[in-house]
Amino acid sequence: MDSMLIFFIVLALAAVASAVGLLVSRSAVYAALYLVINFASVAVFYLMLGAPFIALVQITVYAGAIMVLFLFVIMLLGAEKLPKGGSLPWQRPLAIGLSAVLFFEAGYLLLQKVQSSAVLLQPEAQINTMDAIRELGINLFSIYLLPFEVTSILLLVAMVGAIILTKQEKGAKE
Amino acid sequence: MEGTIPLTYYIIISAILFSMGALGVLIRRNALIIFMSIELMLNGANLAFVAFARNYHVITGQIFVFFVMTVAAAEVAVGLALIVAIFRSKNSIDVDQMSSLKG
Repeated sequence: MDSMLIFFIVLALAAVASAVGLLVSRSAVYAALYLVINFASVAVFYLMLGAPFIALVQITVYAGAIMVLFLFVIMLLGAEKLPKGGSLPWQRPLAIGLSAVLFFEAGYLLLQKVQSSAVLLQPEAQINTMDAIRELGINLFSIYLLPFEVTSILLLVAMVGAIILTKQEKGAKE
Repeated sequence: MEGTIPLTYYIIISAILFSMGALGVLIRRNALIIFMSIELMLNGANLAFVAFARNYHVITGQIFVFFVMTVAAAEVAVGLALIVAIFRSKNSIDVDQMSSLKG
């Protein structure tokens, strides 16, 4: 067992354990922090897969901006303590069964796709080089220029929408 | 870096993350936790994208992940604004109490 595999397994355990922590934690703040751990370990997966740009975007956008927004809303609403107890007794086992089915179906379909291609990851000397980022940028600004611009409009609309949705109406409340 | 990880392992991790996100959406009733679980599902799908992009030596998978992240950022901004608006009117973010439309 080589060192990369051990590293991968440790990282995978961290990712899965933090996902479990997100699911079972009683406090919304702890859930958000578990999600940060999960995002960070997925970012390391991206680095191992030779996608340094995506890894850093993951850290800055997901673990940085989005989680700060989550924590801000949790603090703003004062909703960090979650009420206990379930109203539907059959909900939890049914949900676990359904998601197990989902896991096996997704895994089966994806693995079938892998085996039909029968290609494994090729060892390359340098995968985390600037070339990958340069190629990504060239593609993003040539072939995918229109989606890129549409994305900017989407972000603008989301920003305006968030402001409109949270705006206090004048005279609606004291 | 003497060895490489088979693509299969990444796919399994991705499927685990995705189904755990789905499980979170199903069993939690706090709207914020449900939202975080959706982010977990997006992460699982992104991991599969990057793994396949690496495997087939195409950059398109990474570009898709970039777009997914952008859309996720927009979605979080609007979704959290909705949660804040719901909290203002109902004083709770428990999804079981959002039953005004129930017949």
